[in-house]
Amino acid sequence: MMGDKSNFGDVLVVGAGISGIQAALDLANSGYKVYLVEKSPTVGGHMAQLDKTFPTNDCSMCIESPKFIECDRHPNIEILTYTEVESVEGQKGDFEITLIKKPRYIKEELCTGCTTCTEYCPVQVPDPFNQKLSSNKAIHIYFSQAVPLVPYIDDNCLFIKDKKCSICASVCPNNAVDLNQKPEKVVIKVGAIVMSPGYGAFDPGPRGDYGYGAYENVVTSLDFERLLCSTGPHEGEILRPSDKRHPHKIAWIHCVGSRQVLAGGNNFCSAVCCSYIQKQVILAKDHDPDAEAFIFHNDIRSYGKDFERFYKRAADLPGVHFIRSYVSVGVEDPDTKNVTIRYATDNEGVKEEEFDLVVLGVGLAPPNKAGDLANRFGIELNAHGFCKTNPQNPMETTRPGIFVSGAFQGPMDIPESVVSASGTNAQIGALLKNRRGKLSKERIYPPERDASGEEAKVGVFVCHCGANIGRIVNVPSVVDYAKSLPNVVHAEEGLFICSTDAAQEIANTIRDKGLNRVVVAACTPRTHEPLFRDTLREGGINQYFYDMANIREHCSWVHSKQKEEATNKAKDLVRMSVARARLLEPLEEFDLTVNKKTLVIGGGIAGMVAALSLADQGYEVHLVEKNPELGGMARRIKTTLEGMDVQEYLDELIDKVYRHPLVQVSHGAIIRDATGFVGNFVTTVESEGRTKTIHHGAVIIATGAEEYKPVEYLYGQDSRVLTQLEVEERIEREDDELLGSRAVVMIQCVGSRQEDRNYCSRVCCSQAIKNALDLKKKRPEMDVYILFRDMRTYGFKEDYYRKASEQGVRFVRFEPSGKPEVEPAEDEEGKPVLRVTVPDPILGQRLALDADHVILSTGVVPTADTLKISRQFKLTLNPDGFFQEAHVKLRPVDFAAEGIFLCGTAHYPKHISEAISQAYGAAGRAVTLLSHDTVTATGAVCDVNEDACVSCGACISVCAYGAISFHETESGRKATVNSILCKGCGVCNSVCPTSAISLKHYTDEEIFAQIDAASEERGAHE
Amino acid sequence: MSSEFQPKIIGIVCNWCCYAGADLCGVSRFQYPPYIRLMRVMCSGRVDLLHILRAFSDGHDGMFIGGCHLGDCHYVSSGNFNAYGLFHVARKILDYIGLNPKRLRLEWVSAGEGIEFSKFMNEFGREIEETGPLGKTEGLDDDTLRFRLTAVKSIAPYVKLVLTHRLNTLERTEKAYYEFFDSDEFERFFQDSIAVKIVMSQIMLLLKNVRLSQKEISEKLGISPSSVAKYMNDSSRLGLVRYDQELGNYALA
Repeated sequence: MMGDKSNFGDVLVVGAGISGIQAALDLANSGYKVYLVEKSPTVGGHMAQLDKTFPTNDCSMCIESPKFIECDRHPNIEILTYTEVESVEGQKGDFEITLIKKPRYIKEELCTGCTTCTEYCPVQVPDPFNQKLSSNKAIHIYFSQAVPLVPYIDDNCLFIKDKKCSICASVCPNNAVDLNQKPEKVVIKVGAIVMSPGYGAFDPGPRGDYGYGAYENVVTSLDFERLLCSTGPHEGEILRPSDKRHPHKIAWIHCVGSRQVLAGGNNFCSAVCCSYIQKQVILAKDHDPDAEAFIFHNDIRSYGKDFERFYKRAADLPGVHFIRSYVSVGVEDPDTKNVTIRYATDNEGVKEEEFDLVVLGVGLAPPNKAGDLANRFGIELNAHGFCKTNPQNPMETTRPGIFVSGAFQGPMDIPESVVSASGTNAQIGALLKNRRGKLSKERIYPPERDASGEEAKVGVFVCHCGANIGRIVNVPSVVDYAKSLPNVVHAEEGLFICSTDAAQEIANTIRDKGLNRVVVAACTPRTHEPLFRDTLREGGINQYFYDMANIREHCSWVHSKQKEEATNKAKDLVRMSVARARLLEPLEEFDLTVNKKTLVIGGGIAGMVAALSLADQGYEVHLVEKNPELGGMARRIKTTLEGMDVQEYLDELIDKVYRHPLVQVSHGAIIRDATGFVGNFVTTVESEGRTKTIHHGAVIIATGAEEYKPVEYLYGQDSRVLTQLEVEERIEREDDELLGSRAVVMIQCVGSRQEDRNYCSRVCCSQAIKNALDLKKKRPEMDVYILFRDMRTYGFKEDYYRKASEQGVRFVRFEPSGKPEVEPAEDEEGKPVLRVTVPDPILGQRLALDADHVILSTGVVPTADTLKISRQFKLTLNPDGFFQEAHVKLRPVDFAAEGIFLCGTAHYPKHISEAISQAYGAAGRAVTLLSHDTVTATGAVCDVNEDACVSCGACISVCAYGAISFHETESGRKATVNSILCKGCGVCNSVCPTSAISLKHYTDEEIFAQIDAASEERGAHE
Repeated sequence: MSSEFQPKIIGIVCNWCCYAGADLCGVSRFQYPPYIRLMRVMCSGRVDLLHILRAFSDGHDGMFIGGCHLGDCHYVSSGNFNAYGLFHVARKILDYIGLNPKRLRLEWVSAGEGIEFSKFMNEFGREIEETGPLGKTEGLDDDTLRFRLTAVKSIAPYVKLVLTHRLNTLERTEKAYYEFFDSDEFERFFQDSIAVKIVMSQIMLLLKNVRLSQKEISEKLGISPSSVAKYMNDSSRLGLVRYDQELGNYALA
């Protein structure tokens, strides 16, 4: 956090959920000073409450919490939690914002997070983090990874209610409790604002949906997340509320509060529930393989990347039943508290079934008091109560200078929230171009002492962590023991070594005692190693001279009933760390210069938007397009479902690209060769007969996708069979033949959601609805049928699905096992028609429809050159042939290879607005690199001892980063490591027959020393 | 086994998943035996056959390797597949030299699986307690144990090479790996390429300081004289050993 109290910054980010966190980090890493304001006591938002995330089932907290710490330690981010925005005055470039800091009754700067107060607090309150399914104390830290790691006091506190108790204040060892704190007004000035207030989960309470509130064993999906989670109310055991027993038969009900035109419900689709329910089913089955799961659903909307496989995975589990039916909840059994559900079946009529637990798939709603929020910020909301945005720029609100990211734009999942957050960085980068780097600062460290030749002088610091370690482990005896170890010249204990002043103390001790190795015995290096490495730099020695003995997570907390053994183990762990520390070598993190130019591959909408965004921020761009002209797939799209004129937009965009002095375009371009690495790529491009060598620092892959060319349903054989794109073109040119049709039949999922293309193409349902509405508009009397499997009009697109239904478009569902058949025939009048027959699952018979045209909703497939480009830039493809991002949730537009970014349909099929959003996202991510003159690479990389290398190539064969290659030396061919490409995993070490290749910081010697030390008897040095 | 026995167990776990899972285990206060000590590497693929041999040479009664679930490796190189391969080969080796292979254990623990981590630690601890102290339980005295581990250590370069070579031919999928290491093909691979070398290495080690007859070698290694004859023939052909007609025994070439 920032030390100075100046109230002048660049950007205010409102809401510190995953979207706000990402926005803050990207902005701060791009040279802006950011205020990150959050109304709850900690950063984290809804994502922190989730157990896992679909479709990878990654642990939600584990992937999110490192970002908390990153924000906390960032010199350009000031976090203000428990704070709300009161008013926003001024205009873009010059806003004045009044914040109200609510009293948390803790002096944050004094609190060490020791939780002694919580221990002594006599008041139990329902724990909001655990959805009130368990209790906590009135004074408590919101959750254990909270940032700031400081408690707050709930309104149920006896002192706050009637000034009765103040135990917390008296037991606090640091006098950090201040029960007389009052709300505090803070005024700050910034140039731009990002709103990322997230969403409000639909509350089934007021209507009592499906017995919620009345029946104990009816819970919401968010409640269920907490039940699943190991930090939840029952430590990860799924126990139902009524009797804390394991439920064996669980029902999930879809669309609770979503897709409803009823009072109290939301008429849009919440976009995420289908997949999160599948996740919950998979996890529930993980917990209890014998559990029976019934999922009552409407359309299954698995429209995202890898969602279809995820759906299949859930559906194929034994004992899992996906049932397409509306349901009503009947009674609760007064004895067992089981809940009965009535539902309809295809062949058995209405059935009743009793469940141990019912989970309501609640939808996403606008954030709480969104109207009030909008008033305070002076922005408008859309008809659904979410933020009103510009379809050509989904991050723009109605007030210039205020941008929006995350679910306040509308229902969306985590990656989309992250993408839009990075996108706001790109927007603000253009708006505040001239302010970049003015307020931001780099940390300044004292010069580093060269200790490489010195004998090891180890300092050991053993932490009590309040009572967390000290109550179990005898810390003074560990300190004494440490002093007996070889090369240890100093050992001391501390109450909280991570507190700012204790860290400063270590830095002083390093200097005073001339330490050249430091071991901290405390908590986990995964959270605290960066802090202590920083401390070593403050102390003037190389940061790699540091090791950490984890005597909390791996000792006191897991052996809490065995004090003596835990103390002995702590000594062992310290001995192991010291043994390792003695051998540690100073490593150089090296700076690589960054070429500020970006190569954007692909001149469709995504590529052009990304290129323009970078250029608007002042960075040079080389845009290469394989076709003779710009525009890509969008050239064939006339309007979007929402009515945006795509051609007009495209013309303007192309015009801007050609006019922009910083954008250079190559047409008809073929990439011949690509080499280099982050900050320093060299790409050879052949374009219109000339070969150019482009030096650039970043790459944006926006190579797009293609329309699947169908082979089914007589396409190509009968001219009356068309694709949706062809229909769109014909509607545009008022083609009489098409518009004269008495009836048309559209068939969905052509080439999608099947064995060889096991994904949903995402856009075809909306495309069908769009064309159906257009046809109906032009010829209201035309019969339009849509044969579908699941209508996937997610989010606000649901409005148009409903509209189509209202306008008489007829929807007929089919199963993949009973696909429609198309054959030429004659109707009753003897006119030639195309006869479409399909088994109707509801009527149970074969339906025959006569049509003048059959329209195929064909899928989206990767472009032919995707594979070639993936090889040239060493990128990974997913099983469907689309580019694979670094992390599906939190690095959605990054590649694992640094300096390369991704956007548009090259990533996965998507709508134009989504591609635009992603393009800004990619540009925003690229700027976090381009805004720096240099990029730092870790020193813990591999190195080859050429004398020992036998040039067998084993290391080269296992390095997927391509970091190792052969080079010629005087003694023959030897392996050599490109330190910039090496990521430091060390797999090459374990396959090297002669141990010639060695991962610095994890060398064999260091590992052996640790293993040897582990086996030594304690007292060997005493 | 006496309840007095306190095993020594070392764990090498990857930073991204298993170490984090062990952290979560701590955060969640799930308990496990205190004689297990963990150390951290960036990727389970960094674990080397030499580390395993070192741990047992140092007298650890058990060793645990923890990595990310297959397919979830933090690194593009998916080092956990290498760890999986090494684990199976190392277990075979332990078995082959007379140690209980259960002394080496590998598990996938994600950053979210604190409870699983404690479960594995408790299971493994109990298993090693029941198995008993290294070597003694297996009827190997310290010298024999050291001798055998040294013999394996000297062929580690060879083991690494053949294993890497074999793994490079496998598709890097959970299915392909599970199937291969569960197959007779793996058994054959081990017997044909590694087991033979272990015996040869032991013979070389025996002959380092003394000349020995076929019978003596057979007795020392506990293998049949006819097998020894075959190994000796092979070794002679490779020019590794020399048979002295007069003395009727072998020496290093």
